[in-house]
Amino acid sequence: MNIRQLRRGVALSTIGLLGTLALAACGSDAPSGDSGEAASAAEQQCQELLDASADAPDSGGDTFVFAASSDPAMLNPFFASDGETFRVARQIFEGLVGTQPCTADPAPLLATDWTGTEDGKSYTFTLRDDVTFHDGTEFNAEAVCSNFEYWVNQPKGPAQSEDVTYYWISLFKGFRDSETPSIYDSCEATSPTEVTINLTEPFAGFVPAMSLPAFAMQSPTAIEKYGQVADEEDPTTTQYALKYPTGTGPYKFVEWNRGENVRLTAFEDYWGDQPRTQNIVITTIEDTGAKRDALMNGDIDAFDLVAPGDIRTLEEAGVQIINRPAFNILYLGINQAQEPLDDLKVRQAIAHAINKEDVVNQTLPPGSEVAKEFVPPIVNGYSEDVQEYPYDPEKAKQLLAEAGAENLTLEFNYPVDISRPYMPSPVETFNVIRTQLEDVGIKVKPVGDQWTPDYLELIQGTENHGIHLLGWTGDYNDTDNFLGVFFGRESSEWGFDNPELFKALTEARQLPTVEEQQPKYEAINEQVMEFLPGVPIAHPVPSLAFAENIEGFYPSPVQDEPFTYVVVNE
Amino acid sequence: MLRFAVRRIGLMVPTLIGLSLLLFFWVRILPGDPARSLLGQRATPEGIERLNELYGFDQPIWKQYVTYVSALARGDFGQSIDLHEPVLDAFIDKLPTTIEVTFVALLLAVAVGIPLGYYAGRHQGGWLDTAIVSTSLLGVVTPVFFLAILLKYVFADQLGLLPTQGRQDARIDVDHPTNFYVLDGLITGEYAAAWDALQHLILPGLALGTIPLAIVVRITRASVSDVVHEDYVRTAEAKGLYAGTINRRHILRNALLPVVTTIGLQLGLLLSGAVLTETVFALDGIGNYLYDAITVRDYPVLQGFILFIALMYSIINLLVDLSYGLIDPRVRVS
Repeated sequence: MNIRQLRRGVALSTIGLLGTLALAACGSDAPSGDSGEAASAAEQQCQELLDASADAPDSGGDTFVFAASSDPAMLNPFFASDGETFRVARQIFEGLVGTQPCTADPAPLLATDWTGTEDGKSYTFTLRDDVTFHDGTEFNAEAVCSNFEYWVNQPKGPAQSEDVTYYWISLFKGFRDSETPSIYDSCEATSPTEVTINLTEPFAGFVPAMSLPAFAMQSPTAIEKYGQVADEEDPTTTQYALKYPTGTGPYKFVEWNRGENVRLTAFEDYWGDQPRTQNIVITTIEDTGAKRDALMNGDIDAFDLVAPGDIRTLEEAGVQIINRPAFNILYLGINQAQEPLDDLKVRQAIAHAINKEDVVNQTLPPGSEVAKEFVPPIVNGYSEDVQEYPYDPEKAKQLLAEAGAENLTLEFNYPVDISRPYMPSPVETFNVIRTQLEDVGIKVKPVGDQWTPDYLELIQGTENHGIHLLGWTGDYNDTDNFLGVFFGRESSEWGFDNPELFKALTEARQLPTVEEQQPKYEAINEQVMEFLPGVPIAHPVPSLAFAENIEGFYPSPVQDEPFTYVVVNE
Repeated sequence: MLRFAVRRIGLMVPTLIGLSLLLFFWVRILPGDPARSLLGQRATPEGIERLNELYGFDQPIWKQYVTYVSALARGDFGQSIDLHEPVLDAFIDKLPTTIEVTFVALLLAVAVGIPLGYYAGRHQGGWLDTAIVSTSLLGVVTPVFFLAILLKYVFADQLGLLPTQGRQDARIDVDHPTNFYVLDGLITGEYAAAWDALQHLILPGLALGTIPLAIVVRITRASVSDVVHEDYVRTAEAKGLYAGTINRRHILRNALLPVVTTIGLQLGLLLSGAVLTETVFALDGIGNYLYDAITVRDYPVLQGFILFIALMYSIINLLVDLSYGLIDPRVRVS
């Protein structure tokens, strides 16, 4: 598929999504999953960039330097769950399924199409027949089965722990020899270009999950040669994970200078469009200010996660600011284990006291949107009809009076020294919300902590917190990837026990198809906003900065951003 | 001399054993646990439990200590639980960056500090002496991180004269046989890369070197001004020796003893100052690595790196003590 086809694909994105869902549902009619809302500013910018990308020159300078916030953890994406490892992996590897540009919806990549059985337990993929791995190994149905068998047969020890195989464990549950069995059952290569994956229970999110870099296709030959480990050995330190990552992507690996940079070069036998820039350097600069200075100084060509306070300076210097369509949520969490936060009226009062527009305008990047529920609008299951709590200080005061909580003092926890895609400047966000709460008579006791491990430990590991700022970036298009994470069970973060909600989420997760899940998730979103465990604040758009002479890049809400079409104008 | 060195090395062993014991318990007293740090927002109670079991953090602390010490006895410093690399390898990998910056800082302190201090000591009360003394006071009181940010803002961001961060321009792709980038450029004939690496060292070196420079100036000045009033200097002058010989052999050599001690002590401080400088200039050295290890409570890295730094500090101090003998023959004799 070339970029002009991609652009057409997006123009037809609703149709594409309908088709995808229908395929997954074995041909039945499916809802679009489109909330019907007008596209956000970031989505519009993304579409424009996609169009511009098609018209950009076919070649330019030979090296593009992108600054990442940290080193990759290692180079085998199956053992990773962090954005920086995935950023490198997106260049080297490809999955069976990709994403439609500017959306989180699945799109053909190494598989040209797929069908699912009605019970949601079996999926058949048709594969491209013109793909080879960087080491010359042919990509075919056998290679797909080798990958699945490699994943499920991870040895005991580190390879079966959450910090190493997070995505496999959270989506496919277990391994061949683990106590918890895997929901992956078997793989059948029915022909070189057709492969069927059988599961032991329905998993409606299976196809979108295949777009995660963790499940990208890796060369069975290279894994066999460099990536084998025994029980209790660490799979992240194999030669494969450090020196020989081998995929089918537009770029192949050259070298990794730990702590400094990863070097990649165009793969000459790539099945798709040849990359426009021959070499990619993904260099590590942790500090946001240092990245800004490096870009202004010409040391780098682009970087991710621009601080909102730097946007104006950068724009004035001619830097292009590109907003990634939001696929996240920033919320104010409320801990019901602390009285009187278990009183719904008090929670409603807090919700009415917050002027989300002001929070967005004053502390988040331009283009960020106010949130009314805990999932972003482009997620299947987003509901238009949730209970809303408009800014109304008088109502907030009245609700507090009704609850007998006029002299309410709340501990307000927030993280310091951290910038997350969904929370670029938490201290500023805290200050604005704090003032708003004080305006309705709530006394605030501020408690700021270092992000890790202090803040997360306090919020997620103890009950000693009141209200707090936190958020989440989705991995792929699935409501459970948001609500299931927050409200799937009792937790220290929220401090409530709501068996009805837990049960509804479990049941929805087990439904075989997306279109069966959609009305359930819409209902759950409505249920959540009536129960009001916290206040969804915004869907902040993460910003990227590109030097003036860079063209061809378009962002992805789920960071599916290979640099294939990036061109460095000289 | 040899006996002295052997005794000093012998004394280092119990010091390091004591330190390892302290470190082991100290890092575990820090609030927050590594399992939660590793899993971050994705932590589940089961996940944390499994990780604690995997790394042995669920064992009684004395058992963990026995495991740690028996591994140490085999020369195994453990593996980073965050980055999964052996602690010793990581240290060896990061050390060249820190040594390069420290070397530039020290070079600045010695090459500029001693002549300035000497001049000020010889011309006490003059306007230049006053200027040197007051400027050096400013140097001593300016915090390293502040100076680092200031230098970066002026010379890199505003004037664009020097690079803002890192060790080498990302567009330069050369081999690094020794991992000392300037040296690598020189031995492989990649002079442009060596020059680029050197440029990357100037600002961090300046930032890190200013405090030691100021201290060396002050100590040299004080020491020289003491020595010039000694009887043997007067005697030498009375004998009609050349001024150059008096300055070099009678004044400077005798004045250097306290200066050398100071430089030795400063080296230890430079290693700790590197944490700040490396962070500001995004240099991938031991300081930066240690900082990251603290934030994720990477116990093996904290234990290993601090132990290695202590070892280096002890060795440097030993070398300083031994160097007394070279400078002052009286020490050699005693």
